[in-house]
Amino acid sequence: MKKKNGQLLQGNEAVVEGALYAGCSFYAGYPITPSTEIAEVLSVKLPERGGTFIQMEDEIASIGACLGASLAGAKSMTATSGPGFSLMQELIGYGVISEIPMVLVNVMRFGPSTGLPTSPSQGDVMQARWGTHGDHPIIVLTADSVPETFEMTVKAFNFSEKYRIPVILLLDEVVGHMREKITIPAEGEVKVVDRLKPEMPPEWYAPYADTNTGVPPMAAFGDGYRHHVTGLVHDAQGFPTAKPEEVVSGMDRLFSKISRGFSEVCITEELYCDDAKTIILSYGAAARSARDAVETMRADGEKVGLIKLKTLWPFPKAALEKYEKSVENIIVAEMNRGQIYREVWRVARGRWQVGKALAPYGNMLTPDMILDVARKVTK
Amino acid sequence: MTTPNRIILDKYLRHNKKFPHIWCPGCGIGIVLAALLRAIDRTGWTKDEIVLVSGIGCSSRAPVYVDFNTLHTAHGRALPFATGIKAARPPLKVIVFTGDGDCAAIGGNHLIHACRRNIDITTVVVNNYIYGMTGGQQSPTTPEGMKATTATRGVIDQPFHIAELAASAGATFAARSTTYHAKELESFILKGLEHKGFSLVEAISQAPVCFGRRNGMGDPVEMVKREKELAIPISKTAGMTFEEKKDKIVTGIIEEREAQEWTDLYAGVKKTAGEE
Repeated sequence: MKKKNGQLLQGNEAVVEGALYAGCSFYAGYPITPSTEIAEVLSVKLPERGGTFIQMEDEIASIGACLGASLAGAKSMTATSGPGFSLMQELIGYGVISEIPMVLVNVMRFGPSTGLPTSPSQGDVMQARWGTHGDHPIIVLTADSVPETFEMTVKAFNFSEKYRIPVILLLDEVVGHMREKITIPAEGEVKVVDRLKPEMPPEWYAPYADTNTGVPPMAAFGDGYRHHVTGLVHDAQGFPTAKPEEVVSGMDRLFSKISRGFSEVCITEELYCDDAKTIILSYGAAARSARDAVETMRADGEKVGLIKLKTLWPFPKAALEKYEKSVENIIVAEMNRGQIYREVWRVARGRWQVGKALAPYGNMLTPDMILDVARKVTK
Repeated sequence: MTTPNRIILDKYLRHNKKFPHIWCPGCGIGIVLAALLRAIDRTGWTKDEIVLVSGIGCSSRAPVYVDFNTLHTAHGRALPFATGIKAARPPLKVIVFTGDGDCAAIGGNHLIHACRRNIDITTVVVNNYIYGMTGGQQSPTTPEGMKATTATRGVIDQPFHIAELAASAGATFAARSTTYHAKELESFILKGLEHKGFSLVEAISQAPVCFGRRNGMGDPVEMVKREKELAIPISKTAGMTFEEKKDKIVTGIIEEREAQEWTDLYAGVKKTAGEE
């Protein structure tokens, strides 16, 4: 891919560029506002590059087709919004327990139900964490701008391939539909990770065996490594098991392969945190307003900093904990009724005062709304 | 000539998988699976190029026992997974093994759309008229008046006729046979496998424990004999009314036609897109 200077792209188009950069060769989806542009653009671009686009009958089929394509060796992606995300929940769990890489983009809109289809909201944060049934690990990323959407889409593919897990990219309607300048990196400029393939003879291959990273190599169907894949709890060979010792080792590995990667997976950005007494913690579109509010307060001489989450789950608590002694207040700025606020409060365990600046009505969180809360705290 | 079952089983069953299987004594799923394996053997395909996909239910447990690339998905979702596999890697031979509940109830929407796309997947549906794994609830094919644990006074819903449903949704090959007619079933599955496009073979099968027992249908042998008695070849149904056919099992090839197949058409889309 040639380096292009100064393209004006939508966030949804940046998802497409990021996916293609990361090597996505399969997309299955169902139209839904405000994510539809991702499908439209990929339906044009994928076949040009030898990839495959298919419009499925619903969102359940879309994620199912993506998981199937991934098992056949393709890097695959689907994109949706709230109602479609709800329909996809069951098979997210399938992808987690069967360890199938794929990327699921949810361009969030206001809910519940049909809600406000074109209004921004960050109401799916907890659904992304816990929407599929049963205890499970998950990786959820987000972005606050068009260039960052590109960056985090590539990262979503990289993490899904490296850790063999579906990765969810949670975007805001305003980021998906906003146009900004973006320079697409040249090929090779940004690291692209491919899943590890087995090198042993097929008769030695155990698709779910433990390894030094906890992530077993993944053979594609048709590569000569015939194996079984199931959503039932399985042994190292992939065959169903209910033997307690096999359930314990299989399920523990599912979690530990991700927890071993926390330092890489948990991505945050900081601004003025070193001497800050108050930190505003935010993510996605709300983080743009948070940055504005922090700059305003700094100009007024207030010791205020910003922590921007680019990874929502696993929750990057280490980024907060390093300010255990220096920080007194954390204000969570988000566009819902406090989904990450509650997580910060849980992590704080009394170490900081935790406040919130929320926009829970399908409205954009503005700098002034954050300033109102922050100035009361720093007064 | 025909390879004996013993040789077929030795060739295709997974010897590193712990048997016994989960099916009840007298169940027909094994007969359908054996017919599929004999048909596969006749295609000359290698085990490495075959992907056997299923959903959830008694029939859907079949893939774990056989030595192909095997995928046991979620309830009703075998066809979306299979579609993804076939679309991403068209040279693979993709076969779906499913049941009446998995395929026609929770997976019904996926079924009609897979038919409509005419994507080159062969679907074998074991239709035993009941939800077996959960203990005998009515399915979308349970005949009216029959008893199930969720219809103890008799089913009042009309049943689907899966092969006809598939044909009208666009499947370019659809056939029906029974576990009594195991050789015919094998030959229909073989035709389905060799057919270019979406093919569906419905196998009427007995569930003596979960269905027959509650409906006074006797032992497994009696249930299989009943299939023989109720079967009527499609060639002999001309002029019969819906009511006359309702309680029969219409066997034979319901649909067989040629039409462009999805992965072939998409290869054309790729070629055009690449040249633009």
